[in-house]
Amino acid sequence: MREWADFTLETGDKGAVVVALLGPLRVSSIGDLDRRLEALDDHVTRLDLSQATDIDTAGAWIAWRFSRDWQAELTGASDKAQRLIAAVSQARGDDEPEGEHEGPLVVTSGWLGKNVLGAWHGVYKVLGFLGEVMISLGSVLMHPRRFRTKALVHQMELVGVTSLGIIGLMSFLVGIVIAQQGAVQLREFGAEMLTVNLTGRISLRELGILMTAIMVAGRSGSAFAAQIGTMKLTEEIDAMRTIGVAPMEALVVPRVLAAMLMMPLLGFFAGVCAIIGGAVISAFQIGIPFFTFLRRIQEVVPLHDFWVGIIKAPVFGLIIGVAGCYNGMQVKSNSEEVGLRTTMAVVAGIFMVIVLDAFFAVFFSEVGWG
Amino acid sequence: MSTDSPGEFPIIVEGLCNGFGDQLIHEDLSLKVRRGEILGVVGGSGTGKSVLMRSIIGLQMPRGGSIKVFGNEVADGIDAQESIDIRPRWGVLFQGGALFSTLTVGENVEVPLRQFFPEIGDNLREEIARFKVKISGLPEEASFKYPNELSGGMKKRAGLARALALDPELLFLDEPTAGLDPIGAAAFDQLTRELQETLGLTVFLITHDLDTLYEICDRVAVLADRKVIAVGTIPELLALDHPWIQDYFNGPRGRSAQNSQARGRAAKQSTERARALPVVAKMMDKPGTEGA
Repeated sequence: MREWADFTLETGDKGAVVVALLGPLRVSSIGDLDRRLEALDDHVTRLDLSQATDIDTAGAWIAWRFSRDWQAELTGASDKAQRLIAAVSQARGDDEPEGEHEGPLVVTSGWLGKNVLGAWHGVYKVLGFLGEVMISLGSVLMHPRRFRTKALVHQMELVGVTSLGIIGLMSFLVGIVIAQQGAVQLREFGAEMLTVNLTGRISLRELGILMTAIMVAGRSGSAFAAQIGTMKLTEEIDAMRTIGVAPMEALVVPRVLAAMLMMPLLGFFAGVCAIIGGAVISAFQIGIPFFTFLRRIQEVVPLHDFWVGIIKAPVFGLIIGVAGCYNGMQVKSNSEEVGLRTTMAVVAGIFMVIVLDAFFAVFFSEVGWG
Repeated sequence: MSTDSPGEFPIIVEGLCNGFGDQLIHEDLSLKVRRGEILGVVGGSGTGKSVLMRSIIGLQMPRGGSIKVFGNEVADGIDAQESIDIRPRWGVLFQGGALFSTLTVGENVEVPLRQFFPEIGDNLREEIARFKVKISGLPEEASFKYPNELSGGMKKRAGLARALALDPELLFLDEPTAGLDPIGAAAFDQLTRELQETLGLTVFLITHDLDTLYEICDRVAVLADRKVIAVGTIPELLALDHPWIQDYFNGPRGRSAQNSQARGRAAKQSTERARALPVVAKMMDKPGTEGA
């Protein structure tokens, strides 16, 4: 068991009150000694250290502060104690920190104002970043030799090829759910055959692309933000700048382009997988044979549904790529920021994709591609 | 030798072997650190100075050999009980400071206090943290700053404050003056010496800085050929006829450090006696001399 520091209180003649500290006055054994000493309310005139068996700076600090607060005389200090007390007394650490506490009204309105302004600046900066990406893309197109083909291909592999498995599986399962649930509802009207229309059109037009965008934002948008953010922290990006490599061209353009190029392919792949999922469940549950289902798809799904999906995909890719890279570039100061910015990249990316999807839905209906 | 008691030698390394893959870093390396000394560890780049330190503090599992810290064998890993026994008794300053970037300097210093002695009250813990920050030569307000708001030299001082949080007996410093300007480096050397005297520390100091070796180290251990080839005071080492040691101390940089030390000694002797203890306080008047 540890031996704890303790104290005794003695009242001598002529109103002298002596506190004697006992045992080891070390940080490991001091426990709640300071709180118990603070609770004293006699007027202590002398602090005796002669019975302390050991002392370190924490013990010296307590002894010194106590004797100062009570204006008490310090006696019985060993050489070591004197040396340590002298050291800590010159480095006193209990001055009141600067800055005063503010009322809740000030704090709340300050917080609100800061967030509103922050959001406004955020929009402003994202637009600025988008502009920068466009300029870099333009200048890379003007000077194709500066284009980093290797980086682009590498990013395309990371964004596209490596996610084929998970996106395929996810879309297949979504297709099953749409066909099965759709069939249950349509059976009420005796229109089970319309399950094919439902599955085919919704997969190619909406869900394939949307689910893919969410998956890519979660997989690649977050990776962009974390990777660029870490490079920012380790000053790699500053190093690039000083060497004359534009981080926009070396890091951002390949990532954004990779997302824009892979999204249509992945989106179409997702649509196909969803249709196959629907066809499989239809064969078991509704009694439409597998190949009949696929043939019906050709007849009932208009070509413009395919185009709607393919037109939306690169736009979603752009949003995800820009959200990821922008948030990565905003990381500064510490590791917590990397986590925060990665979360923001995913949340902002998915949110903007869904907002734009709503616009697209209305737009394409209005132009007659209903 | 019959004086192998842990009381006299807080660190005893015997027959240490370390390596990565095919590459051997240490082979049959032995070293003893005496209580109350500042031991400088030197060696060319890649001779495993940092690996040696990491082995002693249990961050690297050696391939073989024995490492005793305060009489506890740590080469076979540090178990839970040993962790409680040993870890509060040493402090480590990593090369870049290794401060927790999401905590203020004061909170960084509080981490070990919280970890090992949760019974200490909040007020006292904060006060201890703040005087540790000041003892390390930082201004008062540095306690409330985040590591990214500090200069390189201030980060090292903050790291030192955290290493000293528990009043350790043993202090490990990994290249404490690397990357500091000469004034800041000299101030840091001085601070190390004064803290060592005031707090009675044993210091294991890895360095490339010849001035540091001449100014504050009691003994110097030389790492070469995968072992400690010599330990002793600098004059003792110079008496040896090893080419690396001769190159190291008698190269152009070695000579200039030697000369500046001789000049410094002469100037200091007149004022030294007049200096009152604790000298630690002197450091506090010129915090952050190493600049931003």
